[in-house]
This record gives sequence, C-alpha cells and structure tokens, in this order.
Amino acid sequence: MQRSFIARNPSVLIFLSLLALFTLVVTVLSEGAGAGFISTSFIKTLGKTLCLCLIAVAMDLIWGYAGILSLGHFAFFGLGGYMIGMWLMYERTRLIVVDSLNQTEIPPTEAEVIEAIGTQIFGVVGSSDFPMIWAFADSLILQLALVVLVPGMLALIFGWLAFRSRVTGVYLSILTQAMTLALALYLFQNDSGLRGNNGLSGLQNLPGVTASQDIVSLWFLWASAFALGAGYFLAAWVVSGKFGSVICGIRDNEARVRFLGYSVEAYKLALFTLTACLAAIAGALYYPQAGIINPAEIAPIASIYLAVWVAIGGRGRLYGAVIGAAFVSLLSTWFTGGQAPDLPMGVYTVKWVDWWLVLLGVSFVLVTLFAPKGIGGLFDLIPTKKGSEE
Amino acid sequence: MSMLLEVSGVSVSFDGFKAINNLSFNIGEAELRAIIGPNGAGKTTFMDIVTGKTRPDEGRVIWGEKSVSLLKMSEAQIAQAGVGRKFQKPTVFEDQTVQENLLVSLKNPRSWLSVLTYRPTAEDLGRVDALAEEIGLSDQLTRLAGELSHGQKQWLEIGMLLAQEPRLLLVDEPAAGMTVTERQHTTDILVEAAKTRAVVVVEHDMEFVRRLNCKVTVLHEGSVLAEGSLDHVTANKDVIDVYLGR
Amino acid sequence: MRQIYAAALALLLFCVTALSAASQDTQDARAIQPLLQQHQAVIAKSSRKTIGPVIDAIAASGLPQAQQVLQVWAAKDMWIRKSDGHFFIGEKVGGKTYRLTDFDSGDVVGEFQKGDLKQLKPNSGIRALIATALVQFKLTDPDPAARADALQSVARNPSADQLAPLRASINSEANAALATQKLRLERLLTIRFGASDAERISAIEDMAGDLGVDLRATLNPVVTTVREATPTLPDANIAKTLTVGEDISTSEAYALLVAAKLAPAPVSDDVIRTALADHIDGGRVGDVPVAQLSDPAQRTRAYEALTNAGKVAPLVGEADIAQALANHVIYDRYLDPSAAVTAAAAKALKDIEVKVALNQTLDLGLDALSLASIYFLAAIGLAITFGVMGVINMAHGEFIMMGAYTGYVVQQIVPDHTLSILIAIPTAFAVTFAAGVVMERLVIRHLYARPLETLLATFGISIALQQLAKNIFGTQARPLTAPGWLDGAWMMNDVVSISYIRIAIFVLALIFLAVFLFIIKRTRLGLETRAVTQNPAMAAQMGINPGRVNMLTFGLGSGIAGVAGVAIGLFAKVTSELGSDYIVQSFMTVVVGGVGNIWGTLAGAALIGFLQKGIEWLNPSNTLAAQTYMIIFIIIFIQFRPRGIIALKGRAAGD
Repeated sequence: MQRSFIARNPSVLIFLSLLALFTLVVTVLSEGAGAGFISTSFIKTLGKTLCLCLIAVAMDLIWGYAGILSLGHFAFFGLGGYMIGMWLMYERTRLIVVDSLNQTEIPPTEAEVIEAIGTQIFGVVGSSDFPMIWAFADSLILQLALVVLVPGMLALIFGWLAFRSRVTGVYLSILTQAMTLALALYLFQNDSGLRGNNGLSGLQNLPGVTASQDIVSLWFLWASAFALGAGYFLAAWVVSGKFGSVICGIRDNEARVRFLGYSVEAYKLALFTLTACLAAIAGALYYPQAGIINPAEIAPIASIYLAVWVAIGGRGRLYGAVIGAAFVSLLSTWFTGGQAPDLPMGVYTVKWVDWWLVLLGVSFVLVTLFAPKGIGGLFDLIPTKKGSEE
Repeated sequence: MSMLLEVSGVSVSFDGFKAINNLSFNIGEAELRAIIGPNGAGKTTFMDIVTGKTRPDEGRVIWGEKSVSLLKMSEAQIAQAGVGRKFQKPTVFEDQTVQENLLVSLKNPRSWLSVLTYRPTAEDLGRVDALAEEIGLSDQLTRLAGELSHGQKQWLEIGMLLAQEPRLLLVDEPAAGMTVTERQHTTDILVEAAKTRAVVVVEHDMEFVRRLNCKVTVLHEGSVLAEGSLDHVTANKDVIDVYLGR
Repeated sequence: MRQIYAAALALLLFCVTALSAASQDTQDARAIQPLLQQHQAVIAKSSRKTIGPVIDAIAASGLPQAQQVLQVWAAKDMWIRKSDGHFFIGEKVGGKTYRLTDFDSGDVVGEFQKGDLKQLKPNSGIRALIATALVQFKLTDPDPAARADALQSVARNPSADQLAPLRASINSEANAALATQKLRLERLLTIRFGASDAERISAIEDMAGDLGVDLRATLNPVVTTVREATPTLPDANIAKTLTVGEDISTSEAYALLVAAKLAPAPVSDDVIRTALADHIDGGRVGDVPVAQLSDPAQRTRAYEALTNAGKVAPLVGEADIAQALANHVIYDRYLDPSAAVTAAAAKALKDIEVKVALNQTLDLGLDALSLASIYFLAAIGLAITFGVMGVINMAHGEFIMMGAYTGYVVQQIVPDHTLSILIAIPTAFAVTFAAGVVMERLVIRHLYARPLETLLATFGISIALQQLAKNIFGTQARPLTAPGWLDGAWMMNDVVSISYIRIAIFVLALIFLAVFLFIIKRTRLGLETRAVTQNPAMAAQMGINPGRVNMLTFGLGSGIAGVAGVAIGLFAKVTSELGSDYIVQSFMTVVVGGVGNIWGTLAGAALIGFLQKGIEWLNPSNTLAAQTYMIIFIIIFIQFRPRGIIALKGRAAGD
C-alpha cells in the first residue's frame, strides 16, 4: 500500500533530474571549469535565477496551496541577503584593514582594527561605530543562523499578529505589503545600522578565497541548484500528505477546516514562517551573486513581481512556479538589458527597454483573465495514460 | 438525565437587533432533536454560538460531564471537544478526492507538526472505507469531491463530520435541494448517527422533520417558543400564529 | 510750530551752557556753524576718544542741518577752510579745485584750491559713532518708509547706544503702526541694554507671554551660559554647579580642565601610537618587542618605559583625572552678570515655552489635518471602488497619476493658472472616468468573484500605465503650478501658520465628502449601487442593470481619483511614481477606517494623518522612521479592530 514518496510523486524525480542535468551542462559549458561557451556574468544570472525559482517555490506554497497572497516575501528574501551580506562585508573589510594596518610600524590592537573596520563600513553614513545588530557579524556560523532566524522571527511575529486577528484575503495582502513597505522605509534610513540606501556592497568577493570569480560563480550556481532542489523536495513533501490536504482546505474553505477542529491560524503561521525561511535562504544565495543589496530591493513592487511570476508559471503546482520565475526573470533580463532588438514600426521604433514593462503588465492581465493556470496549465493538455497513477 | 450541552440565558445582538434573546436549550447524550422556526428566528446564530463563531453578549454554554464553558474556547477547540457542524451549503474540499476529504477529517492529532509527519495507516484507511460505506460513497472514493452531485456532497460532509467522531452533531438544513430518495437516505444516516451521539437538526421542511420522529424545539425571535413532539408543537397556538402569520 | 519751539529751546539751553566757554556771535539762532566752531579743534583732530560728546552735541542740537552735517562728515566730504577754520561741504570740480557749500544757507561759497583746504577723514570708529547718532534722524525722518527701514536696521543689528535715540523718537511718531513697532523694539532693546536691572526686569515683565521670535531671540542671549572650570567657585552669576558623572561625563569635565590649562592633556591612543613608532629601537620599544605591541597592555608598558626615560609626556591615569576633577569646580555661568535679570528672563522664557508648546500643538494639529485631507482625497476613490464595490484596484494610484498629468497637459495649453486648474478638474475627471469604465468593461467585470485575481490583474495594469507615463512624459518631474492666489500662508502668529494651498485641499476634501454623500444617499446611481452591492441578484430582478451600475460606480471612483490627482499634483511633484507613493497609505486608510463606510474612510484618514504627524513630532529628524512606525502601529491596530474604526457588525459584515 505505502509506496515511497518519490514513487508517488514522479514529477519531483523528473524535476530533480532536470535540475541536475542543467547544472552539469552549464558547468561543462562555463568559462570557469569547462568549454567557455557561457560567460561568467551569465553563470551568475543563471545562479540568481535559480534563487528566484526557490523563492517562487516558497511563494507557490503560501499562495498557490494555502491561498495566502503574501506581498511580503521579498522582504524575507532581502533580509536573508542582508544577514549574509553583513558577514561578507565585515570579514572582507577586516582582512583589508588588517592587511593595511600591518604595513605600519606598530602592529594594530584589536580595538584599532574594529575602529578601522567601522570607519570603512559606516563612513558613508557618517559613523564609525558598529550598531548592535552587527554583534555577530564576525562569526560566519552565527550569521548563517541569523539568515534563517531573523526573517523567520519577523514572519512569526507578523504572521501571529495578522492571522490571530483573522485578517484574510486581500486585506492580508495589503497588510503584508504594508509590512514590506515599513521594512524598506526603515532600511532606507541612514541610522538603520545597515548603511541606509547605500546598502551592503562588494558581496561577490568571498573573504579569504583567492579563486577567481569564474570559479566562485560556479560554486554559487551549484549551491543555488542544491538549495532549489532541496527546497523543491521539501515543498513537494510538505504538500503531498495530510498537511497538504489541510492547507489546500484552508485555501478552498477555511471555515470547514476550522470546524473540523484544525487550528487554521497555527497552520497558516507554520507555513508562512517556513516559506519565509525558504525565501531568506534564497536571498542569502542570491545577493552574493548580485554583489550588492540595498533597500530598494525590498520595495513592495518586488514582492508583487514575485506573484506575477508564480501566476504566469501556474499556481498550485511547484514546477509552474519554477517555470514562471525562470521564464519571466530571464526574459526581463534580456529585454531590460538592451539585448533585445528594437522593433521599428514605421514612425515609431519600439525600444524594449521602455516597453518591456508595458508588455509584461498587459500580458499579466491577459494571463489572469484567460489562462489562470498559467504556463504550467499547458502540461494538463498532455494526455496521460489512465490507470498508471492509481 | 445528565445533559451534554446546556445553553442558558444566552442573548446576542447585532447593532441593536436582538438575534438571540435569553435562549435556553438542553440536549442529552444520544438524542435526536429538530429545531424549526421561521426565517430570522436565530437558528443559525444559535449554531454560531455553540460552535464558537459568535460570542454571546450574556449567558452560559456548558459542555459535557466536566461542565466546561464553551465560551472561552476557539472554534477549533470546540470542534476537538466533540462538536461537529454541517453548514447549510455543502462545504467539502472540492479539489480533493473523497478519500482525502475523509482522511483529513478522521479523529487524529490536529497539531500541524503531527499532521506534517502523518501517513495514513491501514486502520485509518479501513475507517475511511467504513464511513464511505455508511454514507453510500464507497465507489466514489477516488473521485474529486467537486465532481459529486449535490446530494452526494451533503452526505460526504456528514461523513466527514462522523469521521471526526463528535459527541454532538449540528446539522443545518441537510435535506435542502435533495430528491425524495436522497432525503430518505439522509434521514437514515442521521437516525443511525443519533444512536451513539446527540444530533441537532435545523430544518424548514416539516415533512423531513416528521420523518426524523424526534423531539422538536420551535425558535421564534431568538427564544424558545415551544418544545415537544412535532404533533404537540404544531398544535400549539403560538406556533400556529407564528407560522401562519397573525 | 512746537518743533521749532523745542529746537529753539534746546539751542537756548545749549547756548546758556556754552556762554561761559566762548563769546557768542550774534548770528541767526538756526545756524550750525557756530556750534561746529565751538568744537573746532576737537572736530579737526578727530580722535575716537574725544569726539563722542561733540557728535552728541551736534545730534542733540535740534538743528535741521545737523543730519546733513553728520552725513557729509561720515562720507568724508566735509572740508575745513584753512583761512578761518570754518566747515563746508566740499565737492571736487576738477583738478585740485573744490567747490564749497555752506551748511546753513546752502549757498555755494566759492571754489578753492586744495591747498587752502583740509579734508576731514573720520576713521571707522568715528564713522560708527556718527552712524549711531544718525539713527535718531532716520527714526524721525519725515518719510515713514525711511523710518521703517531705520527700525528694521536697528532690530537687525541692535546696540546699546540706539536705545536713547529710539526712545526719543517714540513720542513724535505719528504713524500708529510704526509707533507700536518702536515701542516693541524699545522694550527689546531695554531688555538687552537697559541701564539698570530694574529697568530691564520691568521690560522683561512687560513682554511676558509674547510669542514673537524676536523676543525669544532677545531673551535667549540673556540666559546664555558658559561652562567653566576653576579651582574655586567665583563670585559670579552662576546658573548651576555641575556634578561630574551626573551632569557632565568625566571625559567632558576633564576636557574642560585641559582647555582651561588647569590640567595636562590626556595622552590619546593615536599619540601613544605615534610616540611608539618614533622610538622604535632595534625592533623594540622600551624593552617591548614591536610584535607584541598589538596588545594594549604591552603598549602601555612600552610607553611608560619611554616616560621613565624622559622621552615622552607621562600618561594621564584615571587617578590623575579623578584628582584633578576633585580639585576643581565646574559650573555654568551666565554671561549676564545680573542674577535678577537672568532669573526674570529664564522665567519669561519658560512661560513663553509653555505657550509656544501649546501653539505648536495647534500648528501640528493643522499640519495633521492637512495631511489627513490629502490621504482622504487619495483614498476617497478607493472608498468607492474597494469600500462599496469590493473591487481592489491596485491601479488606483495610477489614476491619481493620470489626473495629475492631465492637469499638467492642460496647463501647457492654457497658460493662465487659475483657469487651467478650473479646466483641469473636470478634464481629469473625464479622463480617469473613461479609463475606469474601460478597465471595468475589459478586465474587472470578468473577475468579480475572484478578488485576489482582481488585485493581480489591476496590478498588471498599474505596471503598464506607470511605464506608459514614463515613456510619454519622461522620468523627470513635471510641474503643476498652483494659481498665484494660493501662494503664501495664513500666519496666525510666529508659531502657527498654514499655507493656503493646504487650506484649499482641506476645503476640496470637504467638497468631495459632500459630493460623495450626495451621490450615494440622494441619487438614483447611489441607490442602485447600494442595491447591487448588497444583493446583485435581487437588484437585477428589480430591473436594475448590475453591469451598468458597476461600470458607472467604478468610473465614478476612478474619476474622483483623477480629481484628487490634480490636487495632489499641486503640491507634490508630478512623476510616473506619484500614484504608487500613495497607494499603500490609501488602502491603509480604507482598511483602518472600516470598509464600506465613507465616515470610516474619513476616520481612517484622520487617524493616519494625525498619527504620522505625531510620530514625526516625536522624532522630527526622520520622516522615514515615522512612516515605518506608523505602519507598525496600523498592523497592531488591526489586531484590536480587525474591521476598522467604524465596523459594520453582524450579517451586514458578510464574513
């Protein structure tokens, strides 16, 4: 009767195989370790895309399955990025500072080193003191823990407040958007302790690693692919069993679930927090590849784009989210990067840099109206052999 | 006789309108009871209060032999304590199969952590089969609930409630929109269920109530107008006034 | 007539005193030359030390020529004729020839060679004295504008010697407004420069409770203190004796001692480091290997070794600092020596502060009210589409933006600002009404049962509209200029003021509220809208066409957003992002207030406006933080009132 989880969910196996194959092929074609057909900057784009796919999986869990349209998951993504960015920036600055202070005649004291790091990092916001929140920045282990803990705690507190007061539907969406806006505005201040709108930069340099960016970009590609694979597996496992039944039930008929004796709020909170942690991990892998993080990344609009990706890819199916995120974000990079050829239309030449967002907006409306299942819905059209499933 | 549920002196008002006015209602173990009353009599609000959806302005709702108050408990806690509720419109999880619908309703630990690691045991699957048998959906187990007919959905919902193993079952207009044979089947299920637990049926349809053959409580303007056998209450002058209009 | 008498009297008095000193020429009593001649030697010598009484005498002579004499003198145009030592106005006519003019008659005396003359060249000190003396004349100048100028220059740059001429000019002031100003300035100058403490204190008490900025600017210097350290407390006007550790930190206190040269400067870490680097000797500093100097303890040891060798200044230890501080008192001393005056000034300032605080609260209230009006304007369209119809329109902000751009375009065509605004308002309504109707027809109609998807689809429209605006109007801000009569502000006093444009927006918000109430409560459309939102099926049975009603209602909400856009564009920059700046706050306003109720929207706007201003007041340096805290407050607020301030209860709430 009981078959293994993979056997009951062949799509997971297919996805993981394709992901492994993709990673392998890209590695072989890369500049860093292979034939050199794919530039390092494009490797980074692909690695970042994998991270975006991971947060899209998280978004699909919370929205596609549980029906909670969160417009705040990019806040958790950004916070994850900030947490790892703090260590990267601190450690790298420390190495540089120690190096330069050791050039002087007198070896530096601990206090002098910290003072110099502080001046380096916070000079742009007119300070040299480390704020409290940097207390653990010197420890990779602790900061890695914070990658999950800080966004997780924020999600837990916010979710607890929101869910216990029975805020649902569009109200919840607006509330999550407000939370995101509040966080972004907070980080924009110079005395937020995270360098205001300068954000954290130089994150692409791994402290103490001498390998070139060609190689480092591959490491991050592999790490991103692994995180996406693991996240996908976890998400698929979570939704496959009775937990999945309950959260889909919450989406379709919250009152029924409640009167069956399930504490709907606890389920929502658990899932909200879990997906926030997934988003944070995605962010922690994304920003070292992007090299810089600033509060603009957290602006509410980013989270709405995330919803757009998932909707275009197809809600309520994990691979749909992955397809949507990969498809739209790569297309967006292509159009806005200026690579797309301009479209001469007689009197007016359509420059895609200007018109891409118009196209995206309109196609998004069309998808919502005419193809609510998104790109993933195309898979439903493939005739399946009846009987093999049951 | 010890009472399973004691509602006494309960009142609730919405913006000045008294939906429930000093209502008292008792039901014992293994009893079938029908509640009738015209529109706006407070039937649904009464259910809302018992299941924790609405908090009354005053009064007491006492539950079980330990006499705990239901007023301080959440909907989920009340449901776990043994109160099941069926809505007027069939509410089943339409995107899931009949089997999944029943499995999710089975009386098992409700916390999210235990649900996360839960995998159905052979015993649970056996219970599901038995329930499906009871509500007449044995051959529909793998179908999506959304594909069922209206009557089948109603039965599935009753089945889900039974899977919960409640001690009190509140059923809101179960026969609405059913064919005659479907009604008969519904009556059988409810009468059978009432042998081991308390069942309260809210119904408009006198014919259906007559077939249930049980004690009847008549609600009017938020309080109890009459109580007794159907023949007894239909002979009551107040009830006739209310139903026929003065 | 009286003035002449006064002048004559003054001259007479002067003559009586002067009689004993010199023989008096029998001359016209109105001539100034005799007076000048009387002081001829002093004037000709022109020394800062002795000239004072002479200038005063000229100024006090009461002669009409006195002002001219002083002006000419200060301008270095006064010449002495060597032959008789008389003073004249000299004017160069060419080469070395000068034409002299008599002060008294105004007649040209003749042209003279430079060698026969001597020019008076008063130095800057003397010129300053003359200028002060001239104030009196300016303050009594026949031209009121000149008097007002003089008053302003005195107020800008007050000094002690202006007090007397100012006082003298008050009685003769004919202009009531100027007289009031003069009296006020006299009191202010008396506070600062009054001769006696009693005089100054009475001036302070006279001005008590006045909110003028000038009074505070006058009183503040009176209570200015300096922080000093001395071995013993001096006999001076001490404001407060400070306790080290409580009122002042140890390091600040010690820095005061150092600055007063009462204690040696502490040796900073940088100094130590430099000293150590200067004394490296064979890889060691004072027996400590250089490699060990990363340890602060070792550094101290090495430095002490250098100290003992007499090479560097000794460290100042904590014990030294404590000892030095114990031997000195640190205090705040009033610069003004009079304790009675400083006490009176401090009390007056405190009273003023209380009044200022009250007025600032009022000002803050007005600010908050205008912010609330703006939020209300931005949200009222949403109150219709979201509140009444339940349609969540993320493109609402873009409708506001469209309204603002419509105003901009109209202004490009119609240059008159008043007229263009009057045209822009209906045009903006028409444009956004049409946009709303089109959007409702094409998109929203198909999504009524799926609110979350309406949110997404309208968001898609929002992205597209925003980018379209960017493509058409560019990314730079476009001006939407308010009519001239809306410039400026209504000043209630020096503390409370509100700009006319904000009053206009407040009025506009009231008009919107009235229009909204009228449409919903009194018109057929309002009735049908309420019917359709409450029960579409029933409404359809009654012969109402729900499709048409929804379309019109949505158009109405959108149109109002457009008009709000014109209003917002008047004080904010018109950019493609104008709308997205307001969208979250607008939704917050509707949600906090309570959905489906215009009074709720009003309450929500008021709450958010006042809250934001209140938080900004607590932390004025940081408006970003204010918004952050406001949103957090709203999230918590929704815990307690999930349905908003004005909640519909029971079945109507439709949960």
